[in-house]
Amino acid sequence: MSVVKMKLNGKAVSGDVEARTLLVDFIRQYQGMTGTHVGCDTSQCGACVVHVNGKAIKSCTTLAVACEGAEVTTVEGLAKGGDLHAMQAAFKEHHGLQCGFCTPGMIMSAIDIVKRNGKNVSEDVIRRELSGNICRCTGYHNIVKAVQAGAANM
Amino acid sequence: MADTKTGIGASVRRKEDLRFITGKGNYTDDINLKDQTIGYFLRSPHAHAKIKGINTAKARKMDGVVGIFTGEDVAKDKLGGLICGWMIHSKDGSPMKAGPHPVLALDKVRFVGDQVALIVAETKEQARAAAQAIVVSYDVLPHVVDVAKAMKSKANVHDLAPDNRVFNWSLGNEADTNAAFAKAAHVTSMDIVNNRLIPNAMEPRAAIGSYDTGTESYTLYTTSQNPHVARLVISAFHGLAPEHKLRVIAPDVGGGFGSKIFIYGEEVACVWASKFIGGRPIKWTGERSESFLCDAHGRDHVTKAELAMDASGKITGMRVHTKASMGAYLSTFSAAVPTYLYGTLLSGQYNIPNIYVEVDAIYTNTAPVDAYRGAGRPEATYVVERLVETAARELKMDPAEFRRKNFVTSFPHQTPVIMMYDAGDYGASLDKALAMADYKNFTSRKAESAKNGKLRGVGFSAYIEACGIAPSAAVGSLGAGVGLWESAEVRVNPIGTVEILTGSHSHGQGHETTFAQLVSERLGVDINNVLIVHGDTDKVQMGMGTYGSRSGAVGMTAISKALDKIEAKAKKIAAAVMESSVNDVEFKDGTFTIKGTDKKMGFGEVALASYLGHKFNTSEIELGLKESAFHDPSNFVFPAGVHICEVEVDVDTGLTKIASYTAVDDFGNLINPMIVEGQVQGGVAQGIGQALLEGAVYDEDSGQLLTGSFMDYNMPRAANMPHIENFQLGFTCTPCPSNPLGMKGCGEAGAIAAPPAVINAITHALGVRDIAMPATPLTVWTAMQSMKIAAE
Ligand code: FES
Ligand code: FES
Repeated sequence: MSVVKMKLNGKAVSGDVEARTLLVDFIRQYQGMTGTHVGCDTSQCGACVVHVNGKAIKSCTTLAVACEGAEVTTVEGLAKGGDLHAMQAAFKEHHGLQCGFCTPGMIMSAIDIVKRNGKNVSEDVIRRELSGNICRCTGYHNIVKAVQAGAANM
Repeated sequence: MADTKTGIGASVRRKEDLRFITGKGNYTDDINLKDQTIGYFLRSPHAHAKIKGINTAKARKMDGVVGIFTGEDVAKDKLGGLICGWMIHSKDGSPMKAGPHPVLALDKVRFVGDQVALIVAETKEQARAAAQAIVVSYDVLPHVVDVAKAMKSKANVHDLAPDNRVFNWSLGNEADTNAAFAKAAHVTSMDIVNNRLIPNAMEPRAAIGSYDTGTESYTLYTTSQNPHVARLVISAFHGLAPEHKLRVIAPDVGGGFGSKIFIYGEEVACVWASKFIGGRPIKWTGERSESFLCDAHGRDHVTKAELAMDASGKITGMRVHTKASMGAYLSTFSAAVPTYLYGTLLSGQYNIPNIYVEVDAIYTNTAPVDAYRGAGRPEATYVVERLVETAARELKMDPAEFRRKNFVTSFPHQTPVIMMYDAGDYGASLDKALAMADYKNFTSRKAESAKNGKLRGVGFSAYIEACGIAPSAAVGSLGAGVGLWESAEVRVNPIGTVEILTGSHSHGQGHETTFAQLVSERLGVDINNVLIVHGDTDKVQMGMGTYGSRSGAVGMTAISKALDKIEAKAKKIAAAVMESSVNDVEFKDGTFTIKGTDKKMGFGEVALASYLGHKFNTSEIELGLKESAFHDPSNFVFPAGVHICEVEVDVDTGLTKIASYTAVDDFGNLINPMIVEGQVQGGVAQGIGQALLEGAVYDEDSGQLLTGSFMDYNMPRAANMPHIENFQLGFTCTPCPSNPLGMKGCGEAGAIAAPPAVINAITHALGVRDIAMPATPLTVWTAMQSMKIAAE
């Protein structure tokens, strides 16, 4: 066991973890933040996507100890005060979610896609870059719309 | 009409979204109870084997292990086995052969993944380590995974079915149908395979079971589409505890698509075993690999189908013989799927005077097969629409016009396979779809594609489904073990806010919004003052849950009936308070007025008056404002539509791209068009997935599931779907006559309609008669090579 310290959604947190403890377990179980989900065991579904030092990563495939000193943002850390992040608002406005299980990961990936590709990111790029996020409910149609709209407002 | 922005027909943004987009959802795995332990299942590595012994001695002594449970413990405690809630009789009158399905395997395992032991420990790592230390000695038996071969296999899944056949069911008139074929001018005959699918709701199944030693009662948190049915089955059939001593809670559930209807061994084992560890809660969260192995799969039909036509191209008969895999055990509703949810839909949208269908349901050493989005109706639609399209091509008729020629045009229409279609206008949907898809210019688009080395094809699917299942007496007479009504309770609080308790369950459908829209429309109450309560057997008295596109047509009708009672009672109170006759009270937009006067009261004022009892005689009018209703549908509802798919096939790689997709659906009246469109988009994606990408594959030699992860099982991704501007949705509307809201159902239509539309388009592009699903690049490329097809 070793102590890992990081900033989670702006707050300093720490925990005594095993070397094999995954970041997603650190977030969900040690910190009790359950917005980040686990949808698979092969690093494919993207339900677990969070930002580490501003970059989207799959927290199911990252060791907690590897995030020592990092700034970690989860879906819970996006809204500022009562104001939703533009991407969150876009998902609601464009009905980009149904059961909501994939949604935290989708939103975190979407923000990263826009950051890297700019506000005018094309539909093709959005679709290609969402290949690591699986949604079983929406057929992606409204997710893509939401990402475009969220991009414009970011 | 009440506030048109939130009433019926408005695309209200969803009330449930805020918690999901901010990470505040409350799914089963998000819940942690005090003193909780972790459950882990040891599973069979063999497709079929006798269990000679299970040695848990070493595992029991390991760090953190709290308890280990096997099938023998279950048997010793006399906990009942899993049941199939629908009894099917073979055509010779004999009952289906339902083999034993213990909560934990006893004596035998019958598929890879069958649960053998429950290990309970302080942490998951400890439970997993202990599972590895358990020694199970198996005597491996012959197995069979292919439904087409199982009846002749030397493997015998259940002793009571020596040929592995569960039942041999039939529907329709065989002699008349044979006579129609004897007279036919043309017969189209096809071998049709409906590929096996794995539902893969994104939230894996999970459960937390606990036993309260003080009250001697159980609580089960579970990822269920129908918590009340779970409670009923666990109570009445497993005999765990009477219903008042068992609470089942299905909190936020991350998608279901059928797979979370069923009562599975894992959930039952967790709640049962808690009693033996002093009542400590046991939490099990399925891993994705367990979802692949053990959640009930869908489809897996092998069919021979024939269509008879007269010289003018009118359909005169249909003959179908299907082998349907049931997997290793009969899951909760499995027997109904290839029978009353399949054979009854074989008339499609067509006037077919003679239909005969025979179904062999067959055990294989695979995961149980049960309802998956559409459940039987996608399989029926695939048979009908592949046959019809192929027949049109053979007759050299335009496929749209061949369909039109055979459409049912007058209603009600009695098919030869039970169903009585109540309303529809299939020609209207076809016309609209043809216009939206710009069908008349297809040839120029085809020429354009050819210039780019692509083969373009167009395919139709004119589907019908029966949903809103269903009149209780009717399903009872067909073998159902439950009634399929729905219940609702409306509680008006003293300040006029409203709580709706419903037996439906939302796991993505948006009931918290659509049900509130109905209340807003009817009572003139702001939707933010309406709370929809569901998913907890301690709050909602009884309900049948959500599946088969029934929550609108059946669940909302129950709410509507309860609202009728609320309105009637509120009028009485308003009349008394305003000292008028109840016959003079009018209620509109949330205000009660007295005809011919300027007296009025708001809904909230009447609500308050109902709880004060100051101004009416409480011995004549009962205090309070709370009503409930049960609704039993008088018929199925019959959504129908026409979907048109255009594909482009790359000649070099065999890659199929959905060039455009047009869906025109008649769902009757829509409550929230935005949500309805979302249902269609999601359903079509699953249908495109079935047609192009998805297929569960078991290895014949080893019986192992080869497609056991997202690396091997190709789930639809964003890039597999058509571009936004190439995916068009349209609606036509013939209101449903059997419910007051005129609603049909929209949840399954896309998954039902899409597979034949896509495959008809690919076969059209290639000029081949058939292509197997999933039509992967390899399958398509191989077909092109063997046909020596090249773009012009
Ligand atoms: S849980 Fe991380 S990719 Fe699926
Ligand atoms: S909204 Fe259910 S998985 Fe995406």
